[in-house]
Amino acid sequence: MSEIKFNINGKQITGSGGQTILEAALDNGIEIPNLCHDPRLVPSGACRLCLVEVEGLNKDVTACTHKISDGMVVSSESEEVRGIRKTILELLFTEHQGQCATCDDNGECNLQRYAYEYQVSDEIIGQCQPVEHADNYTTGNKALEYDPGKCIRCGRCIRICDEVQMDTALTFMNRAGKTEVTTAFEMPLNESTCELCGQCISTCPTGALYERYAKGKGACQDLKRTMTTCAYCGVGCRIELNTNTKTNQYVRSTSPVGIIPNDGNLCVKGRFGFEFVNSDERLTTPLIKRDGKFEEATWDEALDLVANRLSEIKAKHGADSIGGLSSAKCTNEDNYVFQKFIRAVIGTNNVDHCARLCHASTVAGLIKAFGSGAMTNSIDEFKKADCVFVIGSNTTEAHPVLALKIKDGVVNNGARVIIADPREIDLVRFSKMHISQKPGTDVALLNAIMNVIISEGLEDKKFIEDRTEDYQLLVEAVKDCTPEWAEPITTIPADDIREFARIFATASAASIVYSMGITQHSTGTDNVLSVANLAMLTGNVGRECTGVNPLRGQNNVQGACDLGALPNVYPGYQSVEIEANKDKFEAAWNAKLSPTKGQTVVELMHGVEDGSIRGLYFMGENPALSDPNLNRTRKSLEDVEFLVVQDIFLTESAQYADVVLPATSFAEKDGTFTNTERRVQRVRKALDGPGNSRDDWQIVCDIANRMGYPMSFADASAITDEIAGISPIYGGISYDRIDDVGLQWPCLDKNHPGTKFLHKDGFSRGKGKFHAVKFLPPKERESKDYPFVLTTGRQLYQFHTGTMSRKSSAIDQKSPTGYVEINTADAKRLGIEDGEKVEVSSIRGKVVTPAKVTDTINTGWIFMPFHYHEAPANMLTIDALDPVAKIPEYKACAAAVKKI
Amino acid sequence: MAEKKIKSLGDLTALAGKISESKKNIKARVLICMTGCRALGAELVANEFREKLSAASLDDSVEVVEVGCIGMCAMAPLVLIEPYDVLYGKIRPKHVDEIISATIEKGEILDKFVVKEDGKPVAKISDVSFYKQQQRQVLGNCGRIDPRQIDDAIEKGGYVSAVKAITETAPDQIIEDLIKAGLRGRGGAGFPAGLKWKFARQAPGDEKYLICNADEGDPGAFMDRALLEGDPHKVIEGMLVAAYAIGASHGLMYVRAEYPIAVEHVKIAIVQAREYGLLGGDIAGSGFSFDLEVRMGAGAFVCGEETALIGSLEGKRGMPTPRPPFPATCGYKGKPTNINNVETFANVPLVLSMGPDGYSSIGTEKSKGTKIFALAGKVKNTGLVEVPMGATLRQIVYEIGGGIPDKKEFKGAQLGGPSGGCIPAEYLDYPIDYDSLQELGAIMGSGGLIVMDEDTCMVDIARYFLDFTQSESCGKCTPCRVGTAKMLKMLEAICRGEGKESDLDELERLGEDIRKASLCGLGQTAPNPVLSTLRYFRDEYLEHIREKTCRSGVCKDLLHYVILDVCVGCGACKKVCPVDVIAGEKKQVHTLDQDKCIKCGQCYQTCKFKAISR
Repeated sequence: MSEIKFNINGKQITGSGGQTILEAALDNGIEIPNLCHDPRLVPSGACRLCLVEVEGLNKDVTACTHKISDGMVVSSESEEVRGIRKTILELLFTEHQGQCATCDDNGECNLQRYAYEYQVSDEIIGQCQPVEHADNYTTGNKALEYDPGKCIRCGRCIRICDEVQMDTALTFMNRAGKTEVTTAFEMPLNESTCELCGQCISTCPTGALYERYAKGKGACQDLKRTMTTCAYCGVGCRIELNTNTKTNQYVRSTSPVGIIPNDGNLCVKGRFGFEFVNSDERLTTPLIKRDGKFEEATWDEALDLVANRLSEIKAKHGADSIGGLSSAKCTNEDNYVFQKFIRAVIGTNNVDHCARLCHASTVAGLIKAFGSGAMTNSIDEFKKADCVFVIGSNTTEAHPVLALKIKDGVVNNGARVIIADPREIDLVRFSKMHISQKPGTDVALLNAIMNVIISEGLEDKKFIEDRTEDYQLLVEAVKDCTPEWAEPITTIPADDIREFARIFATASAASIVYSMGITQHSTGTDNVLSVANLAMLTGNVGRECTGVNPLRGQNNVQGACDLGALPNVYPGYQSVEIEANKDKFEAAWNAKLSPTKGQTVVELMHGVEDGSIRGLYFMGENPALSDPNLNRTRKSLEDVEFLVVQDIFLTESAQYADVVLPATSFAEKDGTFTNTERRVQRVRKALDGPGNSRDDWQIVCDIANRMGYPMSFADASAITDEIAGISPIYGGISYDRIDDVGLQWPCLDKNHPGTKFLHKDGFSRGKGKFHAVKFLPPKERESKDYPFVLTTGRQLYQFHTGTMSRKSSAIDQKSPTGYVEINTADAKRLGIEDGEKVEVSSIRGKVVTPAKVTDTINTGWIFMPFHYHEAPANMLTIDALDPVAKIPEYKACAAAVKKI
Repeated sequence: MAEKKIKSLGDLTALAGKISESKKNIKARVLICMTGCRALGAELVANEFREKLSAASLDDSVEVVEVGCIGMCAMAPLVLIEPYDVLYGKIRPKHVDEIISATIEKGEILDKFVVKEDGKPVAKISDVSFYKQQQRQVLGNCGRIDPRQIDDAIEKGGYVSAVKAITETAPDQIIEDLIKAGLRGRGGAGFPAGLKWKFARQAPGDEKYLICNADEGDPGAFMDRALLEGDPHKVIEGMLVAAYAIGASHGLMYVRAEYPIAVEHVKIAIVQAREYGLLGGDIAGSGFSFDLEVRMGAGAFVCGEETALIGSLEGKRGMPTPRPPFPATCGYKGKPTNINNVETFANVPLVLSMGPDGYSSIGTEKSKGTKIFALAGKVKNTGLVEVPMGATLRQIVYEIGGGIPDKKEFKGAQLGGPSGGCIPAEYLDYPIDYDSLQELGAIMGSGGLIVMDEDTCMVDIARYFLDFTQSESCGKCTPCRVGTAKMLKMLEAICRGEGKESDLDELERLGEDIRKASLCGLGQTAPNPVLSTLRYFRDEYLEHIREKTCRSGVCKDLLHYVILDVCVGCGACKKVCPVDVIAGEKKQVHTLDQDKCIKCGQCYQTCKFKAISR
């Protein structure tokens, strides 16, 4: 960007080419009043408040739309423009009928501030009267409310919905003084295309749009804002928790524009999903189960009991009879302490967490192919990619804010998005091409795509030659996998596969995005290896805007893996089976460590059945809803000799516990989360934890101490310092460095800037390794009795087992219960109406849930979200495991649908 | 169809000759306005002519042609008979027999149907003052050709200028000629068309668009409609030249949906032009390709503003966007786009055929060519009039328009539609062009010209126009959305007699701020009627405020109908009163119940004895 020097109000300042007067002025600390400006939006020049005089122009211009040029002379404070500005403010106040005293925005409202500065006449402000409003599109909506009386018609809500969210749910209706914001045809918000992201609220310059939950809980000026990281998906949006210190209550979420990685954008969960923090159902005191009933206990009682029972079991059945589930929801510090406890205090490697259920195959596969099991590139790069290949990721629903970047790339940068997904997911609206492979046939599809690329000579020969090994294995493996071979397996026409392959292979920078559609299969590791093969084949690794990008599902699933909450590796992916590693950690931790890798999540549950597992300790995990084949899982939870559950709610799993330990939530503790792009970001305490709840790491330390292993840290920061000392990829991470913006690992030392994208000059393992992958069908095939393929997943509004998201009134109203998606033709054949309750069954169980009749899924396939305890999809899913990663096959099993 | 395609200029002129040749047998043509006059039964008249001519076996030698607007709408339905050039008005089917036997068969003029001036019949159209004082060159073909027959247009030389241009002239030369000719945009602002084209031509990008703004929204203005309905090929020809000059291959015509006949005629014209290879690929063998589609607007006034129009074309709510960027660099779909109004495009073939010098010899120093006005209001000959730039109001109102009916006094004329300004009688002899109007506080706008006489209240008229523009405010920018509403409220109060003197200064202050601060032309011009009437008719405002009277008797709240003692008790007022509030015995002074009076003024109009005051 070229430097531009110009003069404003007699002061010489410098801006950059392409900037507007307003942008340059703000950058230079000069405020020009504005109300319709939001840096995320295309300037609209609507409010006219930023009118300025520019020498040589015959009329005043809006600073927000007028570009700067060299030598320009601008006056933003002349008598004329100040006069006009005052007129405009007075006009706005004849329209704005709000009373500041009862407005949530009181104290942070620019309109209010300018009214003071320009001394808008009392006569005009005095005219403001609260008026009775007719129903509008938000009437009855529990997420947000629109007050046309406070609206200044700046259009920011409509523009952000259109330009950033690309949801186009909002519009203006009527003209002139009757202009109001509404939805298409004025339909109620929840029936429109609105995704409840609440971006409209975030950009509203007055209090015209506000969270209904927050109304009256504290005006802006009375709230404390704590910058932290969102506790939902792995995108890691930076979020400000607005809390009322007088009531110790969470009030609302905000996010400042310009921030990494979310630029002020939040999704429905980040905006409306934190009511759970204030919930009356939060655990506030330890519970001990006596005679099948929970009784409140003191910390000493509970901790003593846990320490004693674990010690007993260890003594009687050996360390390996105890297993621990750490948590992708907890901080890096919690996870580090927990796995250290299992390894150093218990003396086993039986520690795992729900990454086993989502990206275990990613870690296994990508380490084999590249040497590092994480997202190779960064979120921001999606908006500049030439092509984004999305396979098995419902990006807009599972990673909504990341999807904004992909959509931005399509709309504003001409990127081509190509999608392979069994369902017609929302992102298809933005795609160049969508193909729907039958669930569980990804290897066949990917091999066919690579067959086309090789047979048409579209591979990147130089990259293959310079950067990879074992290419011949791939050539051999896909030689016969022609599109015609794949067509009957995947149900995708051969020519579509060809066209798809060509779009990908001819892109200058192509990025692959995948998620659980790839990983949650008994062939999950194979799927990941195939994705890696494709990226290397086309030279799309190690460069900006390319890469293999597994999107991590939970806020800190990346961090929990990084910190060694896995049975085979110490923090920093250092194998437990390598002697030198063990020696290093034994020395660091001053303890004898187990030389053999431990059991995984599902294996631990299965271990209860034969008595090899006697004691289980869950920190923030809920296998009673999240694990496959729930009947079997729940039986193990019932049967296990001793179960400790440490959580913020009495979850489905906690019900089975012998001891329940109340923990603080993310809003009540300090720490760090690592997001999907490997960025370690701060989590900060905004509230005091409820009742006697304690931080997770503190509880674990308390137990360790009682078991004779001294473990204490001054604070969370001290834990991070210990991590930096023994996990090289976190070597340079410390709180003082990530106070403002997080760092992306590998960050090897205090001077290392972090790593934007991996494998730049060489792969972590040296050369990228091709693998020959053969297509294997899912473990369970459709049959006469179970004729459908059931696939499961997330939906936008809920999160995981719903423990947090279902506590939100806004979300509960929008998405109150589960459902099964079934194709229109199948529903017709079975006589099933949309919304009608049906029985869905597999050989393992059955659930009753409403049918959602749709054309976004093919005939013969059905889909269920897994969040709902009243209709748990995992009653039906199969616990067949990937042989390498031990991830269960959530994404394909045989099922039946019956009218009831 | 392939053989129909015109491959060169020679082909086109040959075709014109062939068409003339084929009409050799035609002895007479009966031209019937089938656009505006249709509302008054022109269709029945046309059918009657066809039937009767056929019955008289004259259908081979006499052609009945359904034409566009002939212009003198006050006399509708109009029938023009060639070659006699006699214009008959107010024709009904029952008159047809007589016209055929007298005029068509014998060439006799029927005085009872022709225009009367000073009580004397004027036989030939060219002698009628309404036409004699005009310079109908853009409207030349309107009312003379069948707009649904491209052959009619080609016979009159249609497309020759365009084909010549695209086969023989460099685009830059065309633009230079246009600049030299001084053609200014007829949509209102009067920006030099050639410069606009130049910007679009110079804007980087291969994909460029051409848009014809046919969203004629000013109430009362209908010149664009008349052109599209009566001579669509002239507009298409102009667009073809523009497309070639700026390098656009795709054109859009944005026509308001309220103009179904215009839409129909343009669509027919596009199809026929394509068949002759005058639109589409490789036009007239030039290698240049251009095609055109019609899009309909949904009735928002603001969509006549070019950026709002583009938004509407893109499927968005029609709301203006700030300029720069101008459409020339970033318009439809973000591509360089040139937008001109219908009348501007219709001028282009003339510029080319007359040459820049010829064209610029018409008009004033800075405003060249002719301008079409839609003459309406308190004037005898309402209709479309085309005069050279620089004509005076007096020429238009008195010489062409025939003056004010009922011997009333001219009070003022609103120029430029609701966004325009009101010009008082003292400027009747001021030459009218873009710049002089601006000076007087009005605008050329689309060319609406509403004549007002002593019965027009200037406060009410300002309120009336502002009411229109304010309700058409798109709601985007604050000054226009809220400011015009505030002004309107104040005007309404003044009309009710509730104004304060300080309101007038406040109206001026607010009006000036709205002009300066509004985003688009709508808001920037909306205060014009108020500001101009305040400038020229401030005393009327003061009367409303101080004396609570409306001298024109328009502002009802200020009127109090009182029956005076001079009443002779004729009972006429009692008879016309629609709400029966007048009582009184015959030959006795009547009384009027003030409380129930709806102030319709019927009694006042009816009383021959000036016995009712208001």
